[in-house]
Amino acid sequence: MSIDASWYLTLAAALFTIGVVGLLVRRNVLVMFMCIELMLNAANLTFVTYARALDDVGGQVAVFFVLVVAAAEVVVGLGIIVAIFRRKVGATADDAHVMKG
Amino acid sequence: MTGSTAILASMAAHLLAAGGIAMPRIDYTAILPELILLGGMLVLVLVSSLSPRPLPTEAYATATVGIGIASLVASLVLWRDVSDHGPFTAVARAVNVDGFGVLFLVLVSCILVVAPLLAAGHLRREGVGGCEYYVLALISGSGAMFMATANDLVLIFLALEILSIPLYILAGFDHLRESSGEAAMKYFVLGAFSSAIFVYGIALTYGATGSTNLAQIAAFLARNVVTSDGVLLGGLALLLVGFAFKVAAVPFHMWTPDVYQGSPTPATGFMASMAKAGGFAALLRVFVTTFPTLRGTWQPAIWVIAVLTLVLGAVVALVQSDVKRMLAYSSINHAGFVLLGLQAATARGVAGSVFYLFTYSFLVLGSFAVVSAVGGKGDERHGLERYRGLGRRQPALAVTFAVLLLAQAGAPFTTGFFAKFYVVEAAVSAHSYALAAVAMGTAAVAAFFYLRLVFLMFSDVGRTIPTHEGAATGGTPTDTLEMPSAGGVATLVAAPVAALVEVAEPDPAIVAVSPWVAAGLVLCVATTLVFGVWPQPLVDFAHQATLII
Repeated sequence: MSIDASWYLTLAAALFTIGVVGLLVRRNVLVMFMCIELMLNAANLTFVTYARALDDVGGQVAVFFVLVVAAAEVVVGLGIIVAIFRRKVGATADDAHVMKG
Repeated sequence: MTGSTAILASMAAHLLAAGGIAMPRIDYTAILPELILLGGMLVLVLVSSLSPRPLPTEAYATATVGIGIASLVASLVLWRDVSDHGPFTAVARAVNVDGFGVLFLVLVSCILVVAPLLAAGHLRREGVGGCEYYVLALISGSGAMFMATANDLVLIFLALEILSIPLYILAGFDHLRESSGEAAMKYFVLGAFSSAIFVYGIALTYGATGSTNLAQIAAFLARNVVTSDGVLLGGLALLLVGFAFKVAAVPFHMWTPDVYQGSPTPATGFMASMAKAGGFAALLRVFVTTFPTLRGTWQPAIWVIAVLTLVLGAVVALVQSDVKRMLAYSSINHAGFVLLGLQAATARGVAGSVFYLFTYSFLVLGSFAVVSAVGGKGDERHGLERYRGLGRRQPALAVTFAVLLLAQAGAPFTTGFFAKFYVVEAAVSAHSYALAAVAMGTAAVAAFFYLRLVFLMFSDVGRTIPTHEGAATGGTPTDTLEMPSAGGVATLVAAPVAALVEVAEPDPAIVAVSPWVAAGLVLCVATTLVFGVWPQPLVDFAHQATLII
């Protein structure tokens, strides 16, 4: 039994939406971080689904690039977070408020 | 680890044997400028880690300028090649060497020649020397180059990340200042957010058109009439949002003021020029060449974004009391002007945008270098009040800043005038009269806050800053708005007191300008004035910004 591609696309869209909403409402930097990962993985799922539907290897190759970039981003992001919060207690975005805005 | 490598190798061998993936022939000359930057970057890292004693920051600056000049030469060779033999694609049609791309290679190389000079003095003063700034700048520059020449959405995404990730680190590399780390975190979270939006846009576009290659997408759209494809339009919208974040267009600009204010000032100047150059290069190419058939759909969206960007940038800059925040909003206003050329979507519009980016890059680099010098040690004192009387204390520095600010305002005999003229002309010739009018209006508003700063520097001769130094960190808006008259009255009152103070202690507000920064500033001012009086070479150069489809 095969599942229609639109189900995967809907799931990906739902994951993406969860990521966007989560990033906008949550204040913990690490959770915001996970939301970004969720968005990237939603894009990956979309890529793979379309690659299957179109019978084209290009979409699957793109996933590898996105994965590598996500890993690089995590390295830099965690580095920045560690550098900031070495002198603070919690990892909450609102704690970084020296500047307005 | 070795096991997984072996599995990967066998998979690759299997795929190659099955003919599933053909290895592309790589034309190394087509990506030579990028390779020079990356190779030079590796050499810098190697030298800095192998040298027994830490090298002075000036040594790395010199090396980076050398690498920038080498890539400039390589870019000019490519440019000659393109103008002689026409544009071509390379590396399995992922890289596009055309007039437009090569111009941006030249621009990025120029930024990499000027930026290290302007940063060296700051890095030495703040004690954060070392190769980091230069290495990150070179990586970021190679990303901007790939963005300008990319012919595939996946490569654009990769290049966007190569451009952005070093910028996140640059924003936070001054570990002694708390606001620097905060700027890095804000820039990182919102930058990664926009990248994720962008990559989802690529996925949807891929699903709707069956390819990530720009030429193939354009060909598909030319063959098929798209009437109501929600997936494609959604992808297009998400791509636009991703780009708008990178180039700081309203309503996706909210990170800009904080990041520009918190980052170390040379990093601010660098990201303001480099991120805009790379972001706009890819934005122009994707929308003008890949989606011309959907022009009726995206032009109104760009129109709205351009108006919002122009107006908000100019108006909010008026009430800023911190020079870095003021320049941040002014750079948002500049982004609106570049969008005029995109909205026109004509060859003239693209040339106008390219010309604008060329001039803007030098102006913003130079301006932030002056701000860095005037800010003094600690890089925290950027209140407008600090600039009062700069023309008396340090005439050369003040005149330099005045030229750069007047050019940003669009004064005649500077490149800024022609930059604004050409994009507005392109908008008018594309019948976007309302947009052109809005742009001119915001230029007038913007001129006000640039001129206010210029007046502030030259208004009150005879008044010394030391008496006000304690309160100088954040001049209140009311104080700054009524500057000329209040300054004149205060001069009469303060002059006798000031004379006493001046005898008592040396003026602490005289800031040191290292010869490296001076050399960089001379380059910025020279390009601004020389091409401002004699713009034809630069205009001809920008008009070679032809895009191939």
